[in-house]
Amino acid sequence: MNIPKKLGLSLVAAALVTVYGCGKEAPKTAQAPAAPVEEVVTIRIGHAGPLTGGIAHLGKDNENGARLAVEEATARKMKIGGKTVAFELMGEDDQADPKMGPTIAQKFVDAKVAGVVGHLNSGVTIPASAVYNQAGIPMISGSATNPKLTEQGFKNVFRLVARDDQQGPAVAQYLEAQKIKRIAIVDDATAYGEGLANEVEKTLKAGGVQVVTREKTNDKATDFKAILTKIKGRNPDAIFYGGMDATGGPMLKQARDLGIKAVFSFGDGACTDEMSKLAGAAAEGLICSQAGLPASAASKEFNDAFKAKFGDVKQYAPFTYDAANLIIAAIQKADSADPAKYLPELQAMSMKGATGTISFDEKGDRKNAEVTIFTLKGGKIEPIAVVQGGKSLGFEEFLKASAPAPMAGAPAAAPATPPAPAPEAPKK
Amino acid sequence: MHPILDLRHRPAAALVGLALVAIVLVVLPFVLTGIGTFWVRITNLAILFCLLALGLNIVVGFAGLLDLGYIAFYAVGAYTYALLASPHFGLHLPFWVILPIGAAVACFFGVILGAPTLKLRGDYLAIVTLGFGEIIRIFLNNLAQPVNITNGPQGIARIDPFRIGDLSFSTTDSIAGLTFTGPMKYYYLLLVVLIAVIAINLRLQDSRIGRAWEAIREDEVAARAMGINTRNMKLLAFAMGASFGGISGGMFSAIQGFISPESFVLVESIMVLSMVVLGGMGNIWGVVIGAVLLSFAPEILRYTVEPAQRMMFGRTLLDPEVIRMLLFGLALVLMMLFRPAGILPSALRKRELETRRSAG
Amino acid sequence: MDTFLQQIVNGLTLGSIYAIVALGYTMVYGIVQLINFAHGEVVMIGALTAYSVIVALTGAQVPLPAVAIVLVATMVAIPVCMAVGYTLERTAYRPLRRAPRLAPLITAIGLSIILQHLALIVWSRNPLPYPQIIHTVPYHLTGNPNGATITNVQIAIVVTSVAMMAGLVTLVYRTKLGIAMRAVAQNPSIAGLMGIDNNRVIALTFVIGAGLGAVAGVMVGSYYGIAHYQMGFLLGLKAFSAAVLGGIGNLAGAMLGGLLLGVIEALGAGYVGDLTNLCQLSGWFDALKVRCATDPNVTLFGSNYQDVFAFIVLILVLVFRPSGLLGERVSDRA
Repeated sequence: MNIPKKLGLSLVAAALVTVYGCGKEAPKTAQAPAAPVEEVVTIRIGHAGPLTGGIAHLGKDNENGARLAVEEATARKMKIGGKTVAFELMGEDDQADPKMGPTIAQKFVDAKVAGVVGHLNSGVTIPASAVYNQAGIPMISGSATNPKLTEQGFKNVFRLVARDDQQGPAVAQYLEAQKIKRIAIVDDATAYGEGLANEVEKTLKAGGVQVVTREKTNDKATDFKAILTKIKGRNPDAIFYGGMDATGGPMLKQARDLGIKAVFSFGDGACTDEMSKLAGAAAEGLICSQAGLPASAASKEFNDAFKAKFGDVKQYAPFTYDAANLIIAAIQKADSADPAKYLPELQAMSMKGATGTISFDEKGDRKNAEVTIFTLKGGKIEPIAVVQGGKSLGFEEFLKASAPAPMAGAPAAAPATPPAPAPEAPKK
Repeated sequence: MHPILDLRHRPAAALVGLALVAIVLVVLPFVLTGIGTFWVRITNLAILFCLLALGLNIVVGFAGLLDLGYIAFYAVGAYTYALLASPHFGLHLPFWVILPIGAAVACFFGVILGAPTLKLRGDYLAIVTLGFGEIIRIFLNNLAQPVNITNGPQGIARIDPFRIGDLSFSTTDSIAGLTFTGPMKYYYLLLVVLIAVIAINLRLQDSRIGRAWEAIREDEVAARAMGINTRNMKLLAFAMGASFGGISGGMFSAIQGFISPESFVLVESIMVLSMVVLGGMGNIWGVVIGAVLLSFAPEILRYTVEPAQRMMFGRTLLDPEVIRMLLFGLALVLMMLFRPAGILPSALRKRELETRRSAG
Repeated sequence: MDTFLQQIVNGLTLGSIYAIVALGYTMVYGIVQLINFAHGEVVMIGALTAYSVIVALTGAQVPLPAVAIVLVATMVAIPVCMAVGYTLERTAYRPLRRAPRLAPLITAIGLSIILQHLALIVWSRNPLPYPQIIHTVPYHLTGNPNGATITNVQIAIVVTSVAMMAGLVTLVYRTKLGIAMRAVAQNPSIAGLMGIDNNRVIALTFVIGAGLGAVAGVMVGSYYGIAHYQMGFLLGLKAFSAAVLGGIGNLAGAMLGGLLLGVIEALGAGYVGDLTNLCQLSGWFDALKVRCATDPNVTLFGSNYQDVFAFIVLILVLVFRPSGLLGERVSDRA
């Protein structure tokens, strides 16, 4: 037990130095003479996602989102249990490997983190969640969409994105609204692609749309001509593909080469600007969905702050930002970083975050999770509609309806908490 | 055999050596827990890879049959356990019932693979086993339709941990004043299994069967002429290798609590093969060392190569994952070129391989 | 009917690509009885090299017609792949020519991993979109305006591969090098006594195979519009299956096996799903009838098994006719 303690001490020391340093720099007039050396407690929050391998860029994006929240919270100098706290993000690499899920989770448990943001992939999050559950540490995933995650009966497991069985129906409802009568459904035989496609299929069938064929390819394939030819023979009005952009793009291109004119629709895995690079001109007019609100609809404060620090948002950073803020807000409300104490607060939390209003249902899923529908125009994806609770709203209408524009998560959450002897919020 | 363990000629030294090793192995998890339970889990995965590598060693090292789809048996064992001890079918059999079943099912698949391929020469066999491994994975990935057997790519969750009476392997307990965490309990269990498997392998190597395999590996025609039933012997190698894979798979399932086909891809087969090759095909201690080295490689790289790169270039140019794969590749090539008998060549294997090479 | 015709066209195009890759396997196997596992990676490197050249040329707005750009790219990719092929042979296979059989196989797998990850370092792990500089023109095969088509790219692929095949046959049966190759394949030590430089001939075989691989790589890239560092392995495996199907060591066999495998895959993905649709049997089982009322696609095997077909063909051929369709029965040299 020696090493972690020493490490922890030195980290606290480091945190002290930085906080003290900031204190000296930031306010030019106010605190200069007083600055009593107060005891600063470090609260660690874990973040796990792939930092190496094929989707390392998304993992890094997620980590940056959580990091931003943690840094902002530290700058606010909250008081928990009467002591000023500094938050620290412990970022780990799970390599997107299911085997590594529980192992990395163990690392967090060893380090006694207060809460965990992550992981990125459902396949890794599910095995890891059992370890967190046993240790009683709350975890919030900002991107794992597999319904199973929250169906395990774990009280401490939450997520902020729409589940596959929320996103799927949303796309399906949008397609139905477009008077689609016949659809072909394809997936890439991964947990994500298949799960999403199954939900789309279910909803469309219930809505009386004819599913002319259901095909599967795989996530490394380059040749889709055989299944596309079969689909062409069935003459659908639309095609839905559950899979990533790396396969969705070439598929779309090959379909147009074969003379298929049906509308192409995708889930969030292929809802990226990459599509226009991978499919060229064929990508124009595709329809795709993203769980949650688009980065462009995320609060302006978040977008500006994120851009200044890390550049453009890739995909899920607003969600991990909110996830970290939720944990921080719950800790503040419970006035304790002890998971057992703040977990009930987290379950009951309702806050306005960068991705809209957040509250959890009894399973730990987000209530009323929004799904945004995009189309690709001029090489960029653009939001056209928002589906929430089964209703589809045009994007412009949605923005108007939800005005005044969503506020930044953290400041909005703060007033809701019994203000600890309000430290003059360092307004800049 | 290694000189330290030479019981017959230097019994005192051997006993002291063994006792020392035993003490280290028993105390190890407590030391590791001191650093972090994380390291116990990593060690557990390393032991699992040792088991796999020892299983593959029977097929590749002893009998000389190159199997590139070995991970399929691991998958079969893992799925057998998962299906019989999870809410998926609502079955919750105890592990001592399932592990033998898993071994038997894997063994059955080993024979299914072995039977039609016995006639094939080494290189064809390699390709067929590779194809077989992929076929198993693709089936596991797709057997959710039309009847849901494997739950497809969604995988199987909430797999039961091992349990003996009231003692669950997944929880933390205090026994005789010592705290045993879940991973520590699994460590001891895995260690016992590993020792058993090593013992079986050592006995096998010097048995009639082991020598028959060796004869087949060296010259199949001559072996047959010596009265060895080469067909049965080869089948036996496949079956035994597969059973070990099946048992390791079952344990993997229980430790993980969740499995899906993405854990059983071709790269894993190649990883296990690299371990066997690095350690020296047919060399039991070498294989164990190879497996331990390569399973810790990612962690070692993470703490050495990454900071080193950052110091030299200011950022990470090659992520450890890439370096690790390059190492696997290099291990295979360089070992074959320069040290075909492995890092710990046994005298016999060394002689064999070298005379063969010069004689051609 | 249109769908069937289209599947055949798809299959033949894919098959032509398999055939060219299979030629690389079969030549090497024919001469040194070695499965060059890394051949698929050579194809991948060909595709990616050509990708870089095309991107560079189009980026620099070189005033060349699209076809010329692709040709230049191929001309660059061929020597690059040849160099890779030669390096493989020289450093990893030649020293092991007399080693036990397992050794070169394991080396080949190792090389395959190394090449993949070197490509990853050079070209990143993202799928790279091939610039669509050649405008695809579909020609209708039937009167149906929405029916089966064959595109100019598909025609070019089939014609090129047939031409390369013909060139290779001429090389092997009509030139001095070809005679030397066949001699080495028959009996290397006697060939050596006859004054043939075995090492040179074997190296040349690798180099020619790699050159063919480069062309195949460019074809795959421009046909499917995508290239990435992992594209070679499965392609290589399937091409190897094609070579075995046709009879390994046999040039015509590789071509035939490739075309057959391409068609099998296309038809398999296109039709097996319907053929194994259990709803056809719903008259017999009540349970099925209930299920098919809500879901008319209760398929046993569908396109999800597309990659399995090649392996099953491979296993069946090896078990029932190891010499392949056109190969003569060879004695066991092991």
